[in-house]
Amino acid sequence: MKKLFLIMLIGATFGACGPDKPKQTSENEDADSYENIHGSEGGNAVAANADDGKGIGQVTEVTLNTPLEQERIGRGKAIYEMKCQACHRLDNQRVVGPGWKEVTKRRKPEWIMNMVTNVDVMLDKDAEAQKLLELCLTRMPNQNVSIGDARDVLEFMRQNDGEK
Amino acid sequence: MKTIHKLMSGVAIACVTFAIYSCKPAGPDKALTGDAASKAYVAPGKYDEFYNIVSGGFNGQIGIYGLPSGRLFKIIPVFSTFPENGYGYSEESKPMLNTSNGFVPWDDLHHISLSTTNGEHDGRWAFANGNNTPRVARIDLKTFKTVEILELPNSGGNHSSPYITENTEYVVASTRFSIPIGDNTDVPISSYKENFKGTVSFIKVDTSGHMKIAFQLVTPGVNFDLARAGKGPSHGWFFFSCYNTEQAYTLLEVNASQKDKDFIMAVNWKKAEEYIQAGKGKTTKARYAHNIHHEETHSATSTILQEVLQLDPAELKDIIYFIPCPKSPHGCDVDPSGEYIVGSGKLAALIPVFSFNKIQQAITNKEFEGEFAGLPVIKYESALYGEVTKPGLGPLHTEFDGNGNAYTSFFVSSEIVKWNIKDLKVLDRVPTYYSIGHLCVPGGPTRKPHGKYVIAYNKITKDRYLPTGPELTQSAQLYDISGEKMKLILDFPTTGEPHYAEAIPAEMLMPKSRKIYRLEDNQHPYVAKGEGQTKVERKGNEVHVYMTAIRSHLTPDNIEGIKQGDDVYFHVTNLEQDWDVPHGFAIKGANNAEILIMPGETQTLKWKADRTGVFPYYCTDFCSALHQEMQGYARVSAPGNNVPIKYSTGKTEDPTSGAGQ
Repeated sequence: MKKLFLIMLIGATFGACGPDKPKQTSENEDADSYENIHGSEGGNAVAANADDGKGIGQVTEVTLNTPLEQERIGRGKAIYEMKCQACHRLDNQRVVGPGWKEVTKRRKPEWIMNMVTNVDVMLDKDAEAQKLLELCLTRMPNQNVSIGDARDVLEFMRQNDGEK
Repeated sequence: MKTIHKLMSGVAIACVTFAIYSCKPAGPDKALTGDAASKAYVAPGKYDEFYNIVSGGFNGQIGIYGLPSGRLFKIIPVFSTFPENGYGYSEESKPMLNTSNGFVPWDDLHHISLSTTNGEHDGRWAFANGNNTPRVARIDLKTFKTVEILELPNSGGNHSSPYITENTEYVVASTRFSIPIGDNTDVPISSYKENFKGTVSFIKVDTSGHMKIAFQLVTPGVNFDLARAGKGPSHGWFFFSCYNTEQAYTLLEVNASQKDKDFIMAVNWKKAEEYIQAGKGKTTKARYAHNIHHEETHSATSTILQEVLQLDPAELKDIIYFIPCPKSPHGCDVDPSGEYIVGSGKLAALIPVFSFNKIQQAITNKEFEGEFAGLPVIKYESALYGEVTKPGLGPLHTEFDGNGNAYTSFFVSSEIVKWNIKDLKVLDRVPTYYSIGHLCVPGGPTRKPHGKYVIAYNKITKDRYLPTGPELTQSAQLYDISGEKMKLILDFPTTGEPHYAEAIPAEMLMPKSRKIYRLEDNQHPYVAKGEGQTKVERKGNEVHVYMTAIRSHLTPDNIEGIKQGDDVYFHVTNLEQDWDVPHGFAIKGANNAEILIMPGETQTLKWKADRTGVFPYYCTDFCSALHQEMQGYARVSAPGNNVPIKYSTGKTEDPTSGAGQ
C-alpha cells in the first residue's frame, strides 16, 4: 500500500510543471508580426453586443456620406479584386460566400466592417455570421484587411448597391 | 481484503514497470533521476523555452526543435532539395542550389552559427556550412527560410565554417582538404607539400545579411577542422584548429597522427584587413556562385562570380601564428570572457587551455620555437594557461555556461565533463548514450550564455529507441545544468545526423516570426493579385498559367489548348492572408515535386506535357471542409489538333460544344 501511495505521488509530480509561455515583447514593426495577428482576436473583441446588429469588433460607429466618396470606391474595388472576388460575386449569386448585391441593405455598415476585419471572432460569437457559416460551410478567411481598407470596401459595396 | 490488497500491489508493480519502461526502454539508467520527466515536460498548448537550431549533417537540412521538450517543429531545407515543399524543384528556388558545378541538390551540413551583436545573440540569422561542394548559407530567422548561399572557390571540404566574429562582421570558411589551387591544378597527388594549399575565406556580412568574400588567406597545406572568433579582449583574432600538419595525402588515419602536437592557428584578421586596405591583396581568377532569395519576388537569382582577392602566405608573417596543440585538435573554443582558448585534441588525454594575453606577450617577445612552412610557431608553454588533466578520452568540443564552467564532450569515453575554467578542476561528469560528438549550451559560444541545459548530440544510438532495422534515428540527450551536478532529463530523436547546434531563447524569435506575405507587396512577375488577373498565355512552346488558390478552389480549374510537348508553368498565387493557410499544388505525372505556397506567395511548378489526355491537378495541403473539392483539369491535345487556349472556373458548358475538337 505504501508503495502504491509513493507511485501516485510521483505520478502527480510528473504532470505538475512545465515552463510557461515565453513573454512576448511587442515589437510592431511588421503588419504581420506575431503580436499583431495573434493579439488581434483579443484586442478587437469589444464587448459582445450582437443585438444592435453591429457585430463584434473595433467598429462601433460608421459615418456614411452622400454623395459617395469616389476615392474610396476606387481603392475598395482594387481590394475587392485582390482579396474578395475569389469567393464573392457582385450579383446576388452565392459561390463560396454570398453574393454582395443588397448586402448594404441587409447589414449595418458596422457589421460589414467587423465581419471583414474581425472574422474569426464574428464566426465564433455573432449569431448572424454563424448562420452564414452554416449555409456556406467554408469559414470566411481572415484576409488581413485593415479598418481603413474595410471602409473603402464598404463604399464600393454601397456603389454596387446603386447608391450615388 | 487480502484479494484487494493483492490486486492493488499488482497494480503498483504494473505502474512501476510501466513508469520505468516508458521513460527508458533499455540501456543504462544510472543517470536518470526521479523528477527528470517533469523538467522536460511542456504541457499541451504551452511553449518551449528555447529554439534549438540543429544541423542535419548528411541530410543537408536544419532541424528546428523546442527545448526542453525535444519536439521537432520544422525542417528547413538548405543545401538539399525538399520535395515536401518544392525547395529545389520550384522555378523560384532552383537557383538557390546552383554552383560552378551546375545544380547540386545535396550537401553535408555540419555547423550552425547564430548571428551576434557585441558577442550576444541578436536573433537575425543562422549561418550553416556545406562541406562537400563548399558553400555557406544564411537562414532568415523571421521566415525560417534559406535566403542566401555563397559558394567558396579554392576550397576542398568546407568544414571549418561558418564561425562568426562578434558583431557578425565576418563568417569564416576554411578548407578541410587542402588542394592545389591557382592556374595549375593538374599535379601529382604526391606533390602535396609543394602544391597543395589551404584557404581561409573571410566572408563580409553587410547589415542586410548579404555575404561577399572580402579576402582569402592562402595557407600551407594542412587540414583545418574547426574555429572560433575571439571576443571581448580577443576580438580581432580568430582561432582555427589544424590537423595533418604531417601533410600526409594517404592513409591519414595513421599518417596524420604521427606528431605529438598539431596546431591551433591564430589569425589577426584586423591586421589582414589593414593589408587588404593597403592594397597587398592579389585578385585572382575564380568561378563560384552567389545565390540570393528575394523576398519581394519570392524568387532566387544565381550569379556566377569571376574573381577573389587573396593574401599570399609571404604576406602573412604577422597575421598568422601557430600554437602547438596535442594531438590532432578538433574543437577550438573561446570562453565567454574571450581570454581562454580551449583546444581539444581528439587523440589526447588532456585539454590544453591557452591564454590570449600570454599569446600576445609571446608574440611581442618572439617566444617562438621555430617555423612551420615559413610561419612562426609559438612555444607551447608560452601560450599555455594550463591543462585539464585526466578529463576523459577523446575530447572534442567545449561549450560554456557563463558561470565560469566549461562542458567538454568526450567521444571515446562517451561522456560530458564539467570543469572550471579558472582552476582547471573537473567538477562533474555524466555518461552519454552513446559516443557524443558535438554538444550545445544555449548561448554557449557567445559572451553571454543563457545556460540552463546542455544537449548531447550522440553519434551512436544502438539500443536507445525501438529498433527500425539497420538504420536508426540519431540520439540527442538533454541535461539540466542549473545545479552543481548535471542531470539527464530527456532523450529525443533527431533527423539526419546532427553535428553542431545552437539554442536561443524563444522570446528572441517568437515575436518577429513572420505569418504571411502581404499580397500588396508581392512583386512576382507572374503573380495574379486576385482572380481577375488569372490567365493562360502561350509563348512558343511555353504555356504560362497565372493561377490563384483560395479556400477552396483553384482558378482556372479548366484549362484547354495545351499541346503535347509544351512546357507548362503553373504560377500559383495563394490569395489567403491568414496565418497557417498554405495551399499545395500537384499535377499528375510531374517529374519534379509538389509546391507549397504560403499565404500571399507565388510559386511555380514546371510540368512537361509529354502525352495527350486530361490531367487532374489539386491542392495537396488540407485547407478546409471542401479541400477535397479543390481540383482542376488540364487538357493536352495532339500538336495537329487545333484546340485554342481556353480557361475558366465555375463555367459549365453545353456538353456537345467543342465536340470533336
